[in-house]
Amino acid sequence: MTDDLATRRDAADDSAPDGPGPQDSAPDDPAPYDSPLARLSPRGRVLVLLAGVVVLALLAGVAVWRAADRADRRNQVQAGGPAVHAGTVSLAAGDSPRIVFRSMAWGPHRDELASVPAADPNGPRTASGVQCLRFYAAGGTGICLQAERGAVNDSYRALVLDARLRTTRHVDLAGIPTRARVSPSGRMVAWTVFVGGDSYAGTNFSTRTSILDTRTGALQPTLEDYALTRDGTRVRAADLNYWGVTFADDTHFYATAATGGHTYLIRGDTATRTAVTLRTNVECPSLSPDGTRIAFKKRVPGLSPDAPWRLYVLDLGTLKDHPTAESRNVDDQAVWRDDGTLSYSLPGDYGSDLFTVPADGTGRPSLLTPSALSPSWLG
Amino acid sequence: MYVSESRASTPAVASPAAARGIRRPGRRSAVASTVLALGAVSLITDISSEMVTAVLPLYLVTGLGLSPLGFGLLDGVYNGFSALVRLVGGHLADRGGRHKRVAVLGYGLSALCKPLLLAVHTLPLIGAVLAADRTGKGLRTAPRDALISLSSDPASRGRAFGVHRAMDTTGALLGPLVAFLILRRAAEGYDAVFTVSFCVAAVGVLVLLLFVPARVRQAGAATGSAEPAGGGARPSLRAAVGLLGRRELRGLALCAMALGLATVSDSFVYLMLQRRLGVPDRWFALLPLGTAGAFLLLAVPLGRWADRVGRWRVFVGGHLALLLAYGLLLTHLRAGVLPYAVLALHGTFYAATDGVLMAAAAGSVPAALRSSGLALVQTGQAAARFVCSIAFGAAWTAFGDRSALSGAAVALLVSVLLSVRLRPREGAV
Repeated sequence: MTDDLATRRDAADDSAPDGPGPQDSAPDDPAPYDSPLARLSPRGRVLVLLAGVVVLALLAGVAVWRAADRADRRNQVQAGGPAVHAGTVSLAAGDSPRIVFRSMAWGPHRDELASVPAADPNGPRTASGVQCLRFYAAGGTGICLQAERGAVNDSYRALVLDARLRTTRHVDLAGIPTRARVSPSGRMVAWTVFVGGDSYAGTNFSTRTSILDTRTGALQPTLEDYALTRDGTRVRAADLNYWGVTFADDTHFYATAATGGHTYLIRGDTATRTAVTLRTNVECPSLSPDGTRIAFKKRVPGLSPDAPWRLYVLDLGTLKDHPTAESRNVDDQAVWRDDGTLSYSLPGDYGSDLFTVPADGTGRPSLLTPSALSPSWLG
Repeated sequence: MYVSESRASTPAVASPAAARGIRRPGRRSAVASTVLALGAVSLITDISSEMVTAVLPLYLVTGLGLSPLGFGLLDGVYNGFSALVRLVGGHLADRGGRHKRVAVLGYGLSALCKPLLLAVHTLPLIGAVLAADRTGKGLRTAPRDALISLSSDPASRGRAFGVHRAMDTTGALLGPLVAFLILRRAAEGYDAVFTVSFCVAAVGVLVLLLFVPARVRQAGAATGSAEPAGGGARPSLRAAVGLLGRRELRGLALCAMALGLATVSDSFVYLMLQRRLGVPDRWFALLPLGTAGAFLLLAVPLGRWADRVGRWRVFVGGHLALLLAYGLLLTHLRAGVLPYAVLALHGTFYAATDGVLMAAAAGSVPAALRSSGLALVQTGQAAARFVCSIAFGAAWTAFGDRSALSGAAVALLVSVLLSVRLRPREGAV
């Protein structure tokens, strides 16, 4: 084949009576740009190609080997990291106060649901053996969004867990998990995934948010089917996206809707499948236990586009918001520890770390526990 | 090696070396080696770029913990810039016959963007790297297509483009698989994916440098009769703009634009598939593979068919496949095969239009201005499709998805009828 390629090229040069090139001369005279490589014989070209492929294959091999080595190291216990041991994790209400979360500490229990006493968040972790990317629990029900390895691709699924972490239902997901919530009673669960639908564009992301009634088994696959009204008019946009559900009760919830470059706080009703916008620039809302305030990430004008979000709290009575004392970029759906304190994650050395900060804007943020994500305060 | 039937005998078959690749000498001609080399370059480059595309969402969300939502990384402004880059690339390539040089620049730029992805960790910078990657793609497309058309026999140009597009799509299908295998070996090894992607892209550039000639002479130029007059046109900017004065090319570009205005973007097609035909969530990410598979299988047969019955006819006919796909999306039928049929028709549409349009346009542009002319047609079509995306999104918002698609179907039908009426001389294409 290479013989063909080279000879064909010469033949092409030979039969060129009316070419556009300004310096037409001897048929075998290579074009100026080609000079270093065009003078090579067909064999020479193949050798150059082989040499190049060998060098690049070595580079690629080293990169994969190093990444594999790093991945293996994450399965070794990290010196100085939190102590983790296998045990039983319960989601039941009424047990002793505890935090259940995804433990990201290196070692054999990485990415498993783990629990620690609420009074000793840096104490030894009890790992459950259930791996989740995102998690939430309330009222004795857990929602675990996890990856499932397939033959030619990874896929994702949502597991509904009972108080003893047994799977009662699983639902296939359309994309990468990002948010999960359960209603206070434990009956309704909701989740959001990122969908990168168009492989030709590759950069257009959308979200899909689903709500499942664990009592009836009814699944609402996407909030896009809801009738959304803004200032009294129905919104029907192709670019409508929903994410970050937070439940008030088994029927009412808040979430973020986005269309036309704006985000809105919406209040939705699972029974009537309707939603209405309340105000703009509210993402990933989280309703306080007393139902009066919403913690959210706000896109604050004037900040770097690298880190545009700050943690704010909105008073639902006045629709006025105030910043918390956390001055770093928060890209998370916060979780209320109690009516006065917020917990949230920030990127850390081993995935992410959990922090807390007072909800009223006073005080200072403090580290709750490192190498952890998706906390639920139970008990 | 791709070997297939051709009606015309060409200087390529006269070369003994080329004849070695021919099973029945005199009856069949090999696809020009330059086309195969360019096909190989595209295949390799697409493996590289689709590797990145496949892991990017996962990398942003789980690797970097970002929320890439609410704002596309490449916005409308960039689409306009990209069109400009394509025109510039086309024009630069024609000046002094520097097709290969501009193509190397384009492929090289995209290759260099891969290691940059290792260094940037914020959305705006990642967006900038992706934009540079796309700029490379914009630069190289027209010179590459010009090289394909210049190095293949005019009578079998449709087949040459078909072979190239089939190889290109093969790469696009292999890329995600390679990325997946790497992540399987090295969990969260996104840096390894980007490094391997760079290495693969570099091999593509190497093949381009080694096996694609710097100056391609028109295959079949000895007979010359199929070429339009004006082969001596100087590749100046004025001449490039003057191409629009050519009735044939203008008609072709206008028809491509009219049809482009009614061509709903892929993502809307997949969204409709899911909403109207109820494709399960877990299959959503695999829908583009269906389109690509049909494109891959049909690119060569439809390219050859276009050589035989007329490229314009196949190009316009391909839009009937799209129209049929719209129709299936609008029906109330709920048969299990319907999604497959829609994807097959969608892929058929690409196979009958993507390379075939370039093969048709090549016949209306003198060799000296080939790259500029092809860039002009591509840009017109891309701009029209962009306008269609915006209009379709607005119509969806105002009237709902079904009405929007019905409107697109009517517009497509009108454009097809218009194109049939405006049909350029069959002999020229």
